[in-house]
Amino acid sequence: MKLAILGAGAVGRSVAELAGGYGHTVTALADSSSAAVDPGGIDVSAALEAKDAEGRVGSGAPEDALDAEYDALIEATPTTLGDAQPGFDHVRAALERDRHVVLANKGPVAQRYADLRALERESAGRVRFEATVGGAIPVLSTIDSYGPDTITAARGVLNGTANFVLSRMAAEGLGYEHVLAEAQDLGVAEADPSFDVNGTDAALKCVILANVLGNREYSLDDADVEGIEDLPGSALELATEDGRTIRLIGEATPDGVRVGPRLVPENGTLAVSGTRNIVQLETEHAGRLNLSGRGAGGPETASAVLADVNRLGE
Amino acid sequence: MSDDASAGELRAHTVRLELVDEPGELLRALEPIADNGGNLLSVFHERGSLTPRGRIPVEVDLECLPEQFDAIVSALRDAGVNVIQAGAERYGEEVTVLLVGDVIDTDFSETLSTIESRADASVVDVSLSAPNGTCEVSSARLRLAAETGATGEALDAVNEVADRKDLRVVEPLAELEVSA
Repeated sequence: MKLAILGAGAVGRSVAELAGGYGHTVTALADSSSAAVDPGGIDVSAALEAKDAEGRVGSGAPEDALDAEYDALIEATPTTLGDAQPGFDHVRAALERDRHVVLANKGPVAQRYADLRALERESAGRVRFEATVGGAIPVLSTIDSYGPDTITAARGVLNGTANFVLSRMAAEGLGYEHVLAEAQDLGVAEADPSFDVNGTDAALKCVILANVLGNREYSLDDADVEGIEDLPGSALELATEDGRTIRLIGEATPDGVRVGPRLVPENGTLAVSGTRNIVQLETEHAGRLNLSGRGAGGPETASAVLADVNRLGE
Repeated sequence: MSDDASAGELRAHTVRLELVDEPGELLRALEPIADNGGNLLSVFHERGSLTPRGRIPVEVDLECLPEQFDAIVSALRDAGVNVIQAGAERYGEEVTVLLVGDVIDTDFSETLSTIESRADASVVDVSLSAPNGTCEVSSARLRLAAETGATGEALDAVNEVADRKDLRVVEPLAELEVSA
């Protein structure tokens, strides 16, 4: 399949690098200021080297990638809130050309789910977004194959940075600021980790889960969100003394979307450590499913994107 | 069974049980009562309504001699039947919650008494941690015992007080709390 990739951050780069191995051709790659376009397939290594050296992937304008020849558009630009622009317009442009879209950008799926589905209905192209929830973990395809009607609720640990901070605080008895700084040094937390620690990122993923489970349309405004900022070490100590720990848990249930620090059994299924993510699905006929794995990272998220591309080819 | 010589001492008791929704469960729960000298008066099987644990609540009225009652409750427990409430004694659910913030200087004892009075709950255990003194951010762990089905109400009371005193609440994840 021919792929046009928008976004040359960790995910977009990894998709470009791994696409060849999956038998796909990258016909366009764009960052925020430039694009490399070639209907016969761009030279991915050269484009990424140019990005590292000059900050540009190619000589074209970013819009050129949208007009390029492709079967599926990979939307991997940064997630934006509100009206989810410019990601939403990228999706619209592809669907209006009857092309498929694979999103790693959470914005359009969390903030404008009904609009997104409406555009898809008018198009011969399809929309997939496995990478938006739980990175490499096949959460949405599991829901899809079981049937959303048979899943009554989803909950889990959906942000690796917050989970790393909480598990380090509990294990080492260190304070929040200290562990967050350590996480930044390790590259686990970004320079601005606000979305991770204030619960926004986990909430967007839960909103997407709630939209897919389909009771009604949700956006971030409908979610009840609390983060882990400034949680004192003493809270984790008291939890540990009692055989429990604290995790940032997101829930998508018929009652709504809720994210916040919660007490869970210390050795329970949800108390994953480090940057690992886990999603529990409550099924109507098959009890509880636990899906865990790496919830972030370039190659991990790109694997989910490429799995979606493969499904489009079926 | 009720017309023997000691009939005058027979007392009526209400026992609330939680049963798994499986064939034979009700019979299995009633046997220990009869086996230990209890006389069944009525059984109210609330099929259709579920306890927070996902079980079926059953209310059993029985009469027995005072000394037989404890044996009946233990026999039920030995048979693996979950006894929620026996006679006047309440064997309710417990819920653990953390309070974070200026826990101590916001009149901690008033916090506890408000929770107890707002909800039909009692604070059975308290742990405090204030590593930086009482005016800094500190944490408290509360274990609350509430009547079956009333843990939500107890948590509401905690949230209400916490809101008023600008404290953060770390609630348990409900489904796991009961299976823990």
